[in-house]
Amino acid sequence: MNLHIILLLPLLTAAGVLISSNKQVIRMISLFGSLIQMGLALALYFAFTAERTAGIATQMLFEQNYTLFTSLNIHYHIGVDGISVAMIMLTSFVVVAGVLVSWNIEKMTREFYFLLVLLALGAYGFFISLDLFVMFFFLEISVIPKYLLIGVWGSGKKEYAANKLALMLMGGSALILVGMLILYFNAGHTFDIQQISQSVIGGRLQNIIFPFLFLGFGVFTALFPLHTWVPDGHSSAPTAGSMFLAGISMKLGGYGCLRVATYLLPEGAKEYANIIIVLSAIAIIYGAFATMMQKDLKYINAYSSVSHVGFSLLGIGMLTQTAITGALMQMVSHGLMTALFFAVIGMIYDRTHTRMTAEMGGLLKVMPFIATILFIVGLCSLGLPGLSGFVAEMTVFVGSWENADTFHRVATLLACASIVVTAVYILRAVGQTAMGPIRTEHLSLGDAKWNEKLAAIVLLAGILAIGIMPYWLNDLLTGPAKIIMDRIHP
Amino acid sequence: MIPDFIYLMRSELVVTLIIFFLLFVKIGKGMRNSSLLPVIQFLLLVNFLSHFACHCSGNLFGNMFLVTSLITMQKAILSLAVYLISLLCTEWLKKTEHLAEFFLLMLSALLGMFFLLSSGNLLIFYLSLELATIPVAAMANFDLHKRISSEAAMKMILSSAFSSGILLFGISLVYGSTGTLSFSALPALLNGSPLQIMGFVFLFTAFAFKLSIVPFHLWTADVYEGAPVAVTSFLSVVSKGAIAFVFMTFLYKVFQPLHTTWYNLIFILSIITMVIGNLFALRQNNIKRFLAFSSIAQVGFILVGISSNDPGGMTAVIFFILVYVFSNLAAFGVADVIAVSTGKETIEDYKGLYATNPFLGWILALSLFSLAGIPPTAGFFGKLFLLTAGASTGNYWLIIIAGLNMVISLYYYLKLVRAMFMDKNENPIPKIYVNRTVKWAMVLCALAIILLGMFSWLYDHIHSLVA
Repeated sequence: MNLHIILLLPLLTAAGVLISSNKQVIRMISLFGSLIQMGLALALYFAFTAERTAGIATQMLFEQNYTLFTSLNIHYHIGVDGISVAMIMLTSFVVVAGVLVSWNIEKMTREFYFLLVLLALGAYGFFISLDLFVMFFFLEISVIPKYLLIGVWGSGKKEYAANKLALMLMGGSALILVGMLILYFNAGHTFDIQQISQSVIGGRLQNIIFPFLFLGFGVFTALFPLHTWVPDGHSSAPTAGSMFLAGISMKLGGYGCLRVATYLLPEGAKEYANIIIVLSAIAIIYGAFATMMQKDLKYINAYSSVSHVGFSLLGIGMLTQTAITGALMQMVSHGLMTALFFAVIGMIYDRTHTRMTAEMGGLLKVMPFIATILFIVGLCSLGLPGLSGFVAEMTVFVGSWENADTFHRVATLLACASIVVTAVYILRAVGQTAMGPIRTEHLSLGDAKWNEKLAAIVLLAGILAIGIMPYWLNDLLTGPAKIIMDRIHP
Repeated sequence: MIPDFIYLMRSELVVTLIIFFLLFVKIGKGMRNSSLLPVIQFLLLVNFLSHFACHCSGNLFGNMFLVTSLITMQKAILSLAVYLISLLCTEWLKKTEHLAEFFLLMLSALLGMFFLLSSGNLLIFYLSLELATIPVAAMANFDLHKRISSEAAMKMILSSAFSSGILLFGISLVYGSTGTLSFSALPALLNGSPLQIMGFVFLFTAFAFKLSIVPFHLWTADVYEGAPVAVTSFLSVVSKGAIAFVFMTFLYKVFQPLHTTWYNLIFILSIITMVIGNLFALRQNNIKRFLAFSSIAQVGFILVGISSNDPGGMTAVIFFILVYVFSNLAAFGVADVIAVSTGKETIEDYKGLYATNPFLGWILALSLFSLAGIPPTAGFFGKLFLLTAGASTGNYWLIIIAGLNMVISLYYYLKLVRAMFMDKNENPIPKIYVNRTVKWAMVLCALAIILLGMFSWLYDHIHSLVA
């Protein structure tokens, strides 16, 4: 399969959106563009597994390599492994849902969809590039769309949130940039990930570079204490914006932490693993308790995202093959789950015009579909077996338990314990929203429309596909996880 | 048989011919602005294209005047910038009372810069630097009815005169200790004696004045604010570009033996320049002052690239300036259109611009993103290459600080973006009719901003010229 299509299609979609002026046409173009892209992502998955079952065992598949800047040895080098395929599928699902839930945006429709597609383009490019320079280019592309999406179409303290997000992410990018340049000059003037992985970088140097890269990508993935943009950004963004932020953007960071920082600098990863574990354990527990105090549905999901993303960072810090597989599964699972959660919150807000749980109640009576989805996603979030959250968190815990010393055991137990807190806040939020007596002013509200139903079903399909038969995702991710582990414990 | 010097000095000759043409126009009956301006624009285009006429290199007048493909390339960039200014500032130029004189002065300055780039001797260097500066001071005074414009001209001429004095003093010290003024003979005679270092520091200071490197930047904001936009953009793009090119040749070729001395200077000054430029830009409310401080910060980034002392650094700086031409001129172009048709110049006035003027809003946003170094704009590539060059020395502190400064600069560029796209305004700038020439020039800039970075052969071409 030619990977260029994955970038070309969003590009065409964006161009189509820009040149058309009718709002309905714009919506249809973005919808069909993203649907075809979803089909492509699935096709990519099948092509990928077909190649793997045919016995092709190279680390990357469908590679293409073009020289971009000869004098600086920058290559447009693309290719996918299991992680990239999983992330591309996740992105395509979230994009379809995001386009669908934004159907009623009337303010500057064209610009809105253009920015959404641009954001998606950045994510696709990021996941397929194997050259740090190109990767960084795609990572940075998404900063401005996020800023404008929040600032123009957001609500609440939107300017503040947009500024904070853009500046913090730019700060993260600056750290990545510094780490990337130090790596470039010490790996023999190359940005190519595979070439860097073959060059010998001394342990001391790795210890210097690793924090730059890990913290830089950590900002994107809400590593404690660099997570502060998450609550503000998520809660101020428009629905699709929150979905993209939590479902895609935060995954860019996690992917980078693993693919760039941990994979390229195994010695550095070993050196700092314990710090990562401590930080992510704090994030898990702090996030859970902070969520308990929230009364706004979006804040609830934003803080719980900090907590849930902590699991994937914990998995990375544990440095066992199972834990890393679990970390990746958690990224995919959390991406789908949190996107669905934000979508549902958006649907509720569109009807009740409030996001405060205390001002709602009994919504199950008037909007059974939306309330049911809210239940399911809540249960997924607290880790009910059969849904993706359980599979992912379980894998992380099992992987963490493989480390037998007290420190790792304590961290694992603390992380496990947070699930109880999760249950408290999720059940309370869902209960207050959907159960109990309904308010009179809410009696006339309607249920989900076709676009909202479709969006929810797309994401739910993903959650169930992982929850019921996790082996396909597991098969995708264990191979790359093993390659990373082989570098850490050769 | 056509003599060599016609080939080698073709750009200088073309500019001189245009100057003579303008003089004759002035002596004769005179032409109306609306008919003269297209002629001038066409001639400037010819001037730009003349650089591509042949790939010749050589020297004239006993090594006083050098031409290489690299120098021709640099001249082409400057000519392109002048051509773009003539297009983007059409509205203002049409209204000015003395159009012919304006271009007379601008082209004299450009001629000076051409000689500056080609100079192979400290004397011709000094002479051409004066030619490149004094007409600009006269141009700064071109809003004849505004006092602030004459103030700008006064500040400009005083600070130029002061820096020229310092430059001459430095030249005399260098000449006194080495006995030569020729660029080719100087490196062998430089041994780092205190007298030479003192002379070099004086020369460096003169450059710092012209490039508005902190702490020699104090004239910049006032001059930028007072001068008409066409002049401000000429100052910030063409003058800066020319001086930066020469500065680089100066450090890399002539003063290479004093490398350790100038590396330390550049290291400290680039940090101060970036930080001060950015911190002051945060607080500006007038768009021209804002762009003035942002351009000071950009010079700090250019210094990061210069510090690398290898062909990579030179390539990165030239590429960055090429990108900077388009980004900064597009920003000034929008400021000019708005200033001429409404007289509004503050960031407050730009609130809600996107709602009434989406075209101008997009162009300005694109150029700001390019200045901030955000992909997919060419500014991203430009900044990244500068930092890559800066990191090649192995001194990573410089790029760490530069990275932090990119974050600070993003804050104030976003301030303007936010004003245009998000803030509400009860009294927004009304819908402005944008002249077709201006519109095309802006679209050209926008295309260049988006595509220049992706056209990697351009960067590699510059690199092959440098190496």
